[in-house]
Amino acid sequence: MDPATSVFNGLKKSGIDLITTVPCANLKEVILMLEDDPDIKHVPVTREEEGVGICAGAWMGGGKTAMLMQNSGLGNSINALASLNQLYGIPLLMIMNHLGVEGEPICAQVPMGELTTRLLDALVIPYLIPDDHDAEQTIHRAWNLATAENKPVAVLLDIPFWEGA
Amino acid sequence: MKRIAVIREAASTARDIGALVVGNIGFPSRELHAVDDRPDNFYMLGSMGLASSIGLGIALAQPERRVIALDGDGSVLMNMGSLATIANQQPENYLLVIIDNGSYGSTGDQPTATSQKTDLARVAKGAGVQNVHMIDTLTDVHRLMEQVSSGVIVIKVEPGNADVPVIHLCPADIMERFMAQCARPFP
Repeated sequence: MDPATSVFNGLKKSGIDLITTVPCANLKEVILMLEDDPDIKHVPVTREEEGVGICAGAWMGGGKTAMLMQNSGLGNSINALASLNQLYGIPLLMIMNHLGVEGEPICAQVPMGELTTRLLDALVIPYLIPDDHDAEQTIHRAWNLATAENKPVAVLLDIPFWEGA
Repeated sequence: MKRIAVIREAASTARDIGALVVGNIGFPSRELHAVDDRPDNFYMLGSMGLASSIGLGIALAQPERRVIALDGDGSVLMNMGSLATIANQQPENYLLVIIDNGSYGSTGDQPTATSQKTDLARVAKGAGVQNVHMIDTLTDVHRLMEQVSSGVIVIKVEPGNADVPVIHLCPADIMERFMAQCARPFP
């Protein structure tokens, strides 16, 4: 299975029905699949923090919510993740393309790339990384963890993940 | 006219029409809580800037319910991209009410950009929101909230907070009772 399909299947298996996205080249195929799915409300947002707010509202309204983002967007979301999700106990699945690490050709991606897991640790947000090129089970586990613990959970998809298939 | 007068009128109308309400961070939520505490109110205690986004999310997940966010100028200025997202999603059940007092009221009344050059109604129109209303009376608040279920209302008020207590509900309680209202079948 190609990596994009495995991400999409993980979202479907988790029953995600509303997803906010800030685009990423590696997530291009997944975003197209979301657009075509009649059971998923796709909400493109201008900034990741906005997506955190929309997902929080949708979850309170009964939705199953996820975000697709680059890891750089974690920096744009921190206050909301802490003072909205962590404060009230609101789950969120964050599918995060992890740039700036192994195989990164663009130097500007490196600072946030190297800080990403440290920021997640500081926020006490668990993160899961697929063992191979199939993210389906990992995403489903992340969603179950988010709803069991009522908190955000991240799935990090690094460059080697996307180079598989 | 001060913000609490608008909040009182909006809360009363929201009760009449059975709307879910999002209160903005700081004094706006405290004033909403003081004038008409209902489980249908979500008091946003943190996440400055996100009241309009939270309201949008609720509206998308609850398309049968009227949803109203009572936001402020400082908050919308912090998350102006939200106006573009609302414009493009166009939920028919979501009304964003921006109570514009030109002031960061919860932090010492420092002036915001709307006290000078910035016009949030024009920003909303430029972002693509179809129905944008500029109003200045409480009668208009009541009439528009009854008649219009979507778009943006901007109402100019004077700066100043009411002398109201802090909200003693814990965040989990605010959320759980609000979610119970969302889950309740609506006539």
